Amino acid sequence: MSDKIPVTVLTGYLGAGKTTLLNRILTEQHGKKYAVIVNEFGEVGIDNDLVVGADEEVFEMNNGCICCTVRGDLIRIIEGLMKRRGKFDAIIVETTGLADPAPVAQTFFVDEDVAAKSRLDAVVTVVDAKWLAERLKDAPEAKNQIAFADVILVNKTDLVSPEALADVEKQIRAINPYAKLHRTVKSEIDLDKVLGRNAFDLDRILDLAPDFLDESGAHHHHDDDMQSVSFTAGEVDPEKFMPWINEFTQLEGPKILRSKGILAFKDEPRRFVFQGVHMILDGDLQRPWRDDEKRQSKIVFIGRDLDRAAIKKAFEACLV
Amino acid sequence: MSDAANDSAAPDFTSLTEHVRSFAAEGHVLQAGFIKSEPVLVLAEGEIVIGERRVAPHEDAGILVAAFDGDCIISGGDDGRVMRTLASGESETLGHEKGKWIDALAAKGGAVAWATGKKVSARDAKGVTKSIDMPSTPVGLCFLPKGYRLVMSQYGGAALWFPNTDAAPENLEWKGAHLDITVSPDGRFIVTSMQENALHGWRLADHKDMRMTGYPSKTRCFSWSHDGDWLATSGADAAIVWPFEDKDGPMGKAPKELGVRSAKVSSVAFHPKALVLAIGYDDSCILMCRLTDAAELLVRRASRLEGKVTALAWDKGGKHLLFGTEGGAAGVLTLP
Repeated sequence: MSDKIPVTVLTGYLGAGKTTLLNRILTEQHGKKYAVIVNEFGEVGIDNDLVVGADEEVFEMNNGCICCTVRGDLIRIIEGLMKRRGKFDAIIVETTGLADPAPVAQTFFVDEDVAAKSRLDAVVTVVDAKWLAERLKDAPEAKNQIAFADVILVNKTDLVSPEALADVEKQIRAINPYAKLHRTVKSEIDLDKVLGRNAFDLDRILDLAPDFLDESGAHHHHDDDMQSVSFTAGEVDPEKFMPWINEFTQLEGPKILRSKGILAFKDEPRRFVFQGVHMILDGDLQRPWRDDEKRQSKIVFIGRDLDRAAIKKAFEACLV
Repeated sequence: MSDAANDSAAPDFTSLTEHVRSFAAEGHVLQAGFIKSEPVLVLAEGEIVIGERRVAPHEDAGILVAAFDGDCIISGGDDGRVMRTLASGESETLGHEKGKWIDALAAKGGAVAWATGKKVSARDAKGVTKSIDMPSTPVGLCFLPKGYRLVMSQYGGAALWFPNTDAAPENLEWKGAHLDITVSPDGRFIVTSMQENALHGWRLADHKDMRMTGYPSKTRCFSWSHDGDWLATSGADAAIVWPFEDKDGPMGKAPKELGVRSAKVSSVAFHPKALVLAIGYDDSCILMCRLTDAAELLVRRASRLEGKVTALAWDKGGKHLLFGTEGGAAGVLTLP
């Protein structure tokens, strides 16, 4: 795991401050070298770093899974970069403002050559505090970028009132209650809050969302079409849960943007942790439950038009 | 230096390891070949090793793709340049795509073609360059054996293009993302490797489709036998060799599997005169296998540290086999 090159995906609507953040990452003194995959040349350019142009070519995989898309250009570029891996420590992928983050994220799970040499570190989304509300009305991409994020920078906070800022954050939380949220001005932030997050590492899912298993954190969030739904329960039967979660994500995959879960399996001393992107699931047994931890299970889905009642019923049918 | 010292430790293979002269390439070997009788290695870091000399036609940039054409090495770099390097080490610029990567390359008889993103350029032997914009990025380019015609892989199939005419490319359709591309030596068949761990072929005469599946991973290396009857491929725990001698190609026939091991084949190279295949694996091992009876000879022992075999090439006479690995190991086998 450790010798795989970490990849940070930077998303955000046009003008939100993505390029400012990228330039900050590249100019700050941190002793690290980055290979940067960008869409527009010219705005970024640091001599010491490798900057590569991308075409955002999305390939549908011919495997009968309609939402299973990958970025063909990314596969090719990463293959090329990996032949010169002594030249850089990490990769940053900047997407265009209109990009759907799913094909980018899925590339790191679907393409075995990419998965063997690199790992997705986190999806970082920059949003404009002033204009987000408008974007959420007219741009489905803006919503996807928030739903997908592990880290969200609410940028340009100096341009809005405290009330307006609180409102923006509420809107973000309605879509994605689990991302780390940071308020910034001119994308100024400690880089360790953006880079080296290990957000897709199953071991770290709890660390990133400390209230993930906290019952009181289960508020009702609502957005017109994008929701997060979560359920907490006791022990589950893996014989029932595993077939269900596989079938559910296969059938509803196009609607589910991200999923996460921590489960207490009956007679299993270790925690089962999973996370997924659309239909792609990654799960494993992790460390044992500690004595001071309550053995409980929680699952979370962020997606569109999710049938809360049906998911609840199906999940409850898996309980011991 | 040879690896022959511990030869007795591998009694199950007849070994040729004592006939291998090893040397350090010092960097990921992208491509291997011979110019006259001199072994040549192209390194991803940007150097070309010609015998004992090292040259860097792309200066500080890396090399992404390379091809051999007669006594020249054609290379495409992440500096956007397409360079031709001679055995003397001298080089000239054939094309320059500012700020782009050269993603794919093909060369034949002085003509060179390259792709940067969706743009494909072809430069004929006289130096006239023509370009075309494709609907998607070609990962593989290959000249047809006859005439000045280029075949390009693309998303959803392949396309055939006559660079010296204004005619739009002719499309060969098959759903999915097509990667590398090769043409049979007689020009009858076109074969691509796919993102979905399969090969797809077309018979050029009537565009009849051929599907070749069953690979556990992507095929990234092809080699045609000297008689053009067989296509050897990487991507499985054996070299998968498809029969192409019939008019229908491999349809309805099983491929041969040579050199079955518990490691993945990463590189293949047919002998230029005999039905003998050199097979390189992702654990750095190299075997030589005879197609007729699958007899195996050991060329190089496995060594995880040195990475997968990324380049294999025979000289014209078939007396020498040159190899290079991801980890920078290299060597020449001289057949006894």
